Amino acid sequence: MTAAVETAQTTTIHGDRVSLLRVLGPAHVWALGVGIVLVGEFTGWNFSADKGGALAALIVCWIVGLLYTSVAMIDSEVTSTVAAAGGQYAQAKHIVGPLMAFNVALFLVFAYTMLEVSDAILLGDTIVAKAGVEGLTHNSFIAATIVVLAWLNYRGVLMTLNVNFVITAIAYVSIVILFFSVSPWTQGAVLKLNELVTPGNALPYGWIGVIAAFQFGIWYYLGIEGTTQAAEEVRSPARSLPYGTMAGMITLLIAAAMTWYVCASMMPWEYLGITYYPLWDAGKLSGSPLLENLLFIATLLSALASANGCINDAARAWFSLGRDRYLPSWFSAVHPKYRTPYRSILFLLPIALAFAFIADLNQAITFSILSGVLQYTFMSINIMMFRKKWPLGSIRRGYTHPFHPLPAIVLFCLCMVTFFAIFLGFGSQLIAMTVFYFLISLWFHFYRYKFVRRGDQFSMPWPKPQGY
Amino acid sequence: MWMGLSYVCWGISAVLALWMLYDWFKVDTTYSEDVLTSSREGELEAVSEKHRI
Repeated sequence: MTAAVETAQTTTIHGDRVSLLRVLGPAHVWALGVGIVLVGEFTGWNFSADKGGALAALIVCWIVGLLYTSVAMIDSEVTSTVAAAGGQYAQAKHIVGPLMAFNVALFLVFAYTMLEVSDAILLGDTIVAKAGVEGLTHNSFIAATIVVLAWLNYRGVLMTLNVNFVITAIAYVSIVILFFSVSPWTQGAVLKLNELVTPGNALPYGWIGVIAAFQFGIWYYLGIEGTTQAAEEVRSPARSLPYGTMAGMITLLIAAAMTWYVCASMMPWEYLGITYYPLWDAGKLSGSPLLENLLFIATLLSALASANGCINDAARAWFSLGRDRYLPSWFSAVHPKYRTPYRSILFLLPIALAFAFIADLNQAITFSILSGVLQYTFMSINIMMFRKKWPLGSIRRGYTHPFHPLPAIVLFCLCMVTFFAIFLGFGSQLIAMTVFYFLISLWFHFYRYKFVRRGDQFSMPWPKPQGY
Repeated sequence: MWMGLSYVCWGISAVLALWMLYDWFKVDTTYSEDVLTSSREGELEAVSEKHRI
């Protein structure tokens, strides 16, 4: 113990602590956020058409867009102030308390690991579908996706997010190219929206179908809040995080609108709601082999970008738990050469592989969405407490979101609607997950918290909160 | 071609996984645990942001 204290003092004095590298800029933040999310345009969002029809998919596109705009605004304000790896975990630790922080970190790790698993399965299934070879399974492609991306993350965050920027940009541009290739200004030539979406079939299950569609409408934007995990590795958190996150949200709103318009204008809702490849199918239906192949490659790239960002984010959340001793501090090791949380990356690698080989896509997606919505619910409460404890002017904020408390109220209400929608479709999983978080909270409270160095975990140099 | 690609994927996965395990072992045996786990949250902010209490 004494030796450990001496070492800590020595390293502090000489400044040779091994910490994460601050090398990222706003473009990397954009690549991280949009990279994680964009796969949702290539698959996922369209299942909302199965729940409520094509018009329901559009309605949830905008309403869930409102939910995520609130998430992005709230997240930008808090993260530009609490700039630490762990993102929402570090926010919860400083603003709400340790038990909430522990739960939020688990939400993050589950959401991103399950999303990574879903991405890898999607990539493997897409290649198998394209190949059409008997006996070819997706296992090798899943393994390669997860291991190669883990290796990339292991070797350094700058290269990881440079790669993400390039492949995300290619996938995004492919949507734009598809949009302009099908003459969006002319109905009847390629697009037939007025024939496919009519007053008779626009909402086949009525407004309850719109509510049910929320569950998959989340896929238009799921993961944009992951930008905050880069907080400790961006050169200027107060500038880069709000800028990158808000730019990412604008990018995604445009992509979501283009994707819905093209797909709903080319496929009947009955097919759109069940296909795994809405944009690739749109490329095929355009009749152009070039577009078909472009959208096939873009589907793969979007899955790769998403899995890449998810590995980055899940590892940082796990690393932060170790650094505060919420988990064994062994996990908080930073690679002295590559400056990455290498043990956390390696620990989560076999877990992702195991889930990818045994879980099916729907289960993995549902667990990811559930953990995500739990996290968004926390964020609405978190910002109310943040503004109350540290009002404007009491601490420096990199960004102050407008119309408070309206975004927090909107976010909370929409989260409740989404929980109800998930309950309609996956009630047993919702209950199982709630029980899991309850039991793990008991374990943390009664067993694990005694290992935490309580004074060390609050690192922000803030004044005392109001009322304390 | 696709079956060949599948085998290549297994091969790449195995090589990279082994490399990471080797590097992990090398790092953990070269550096002390105190150095590897010396990262602290919010150090930069402590320097750049000072609030009066």
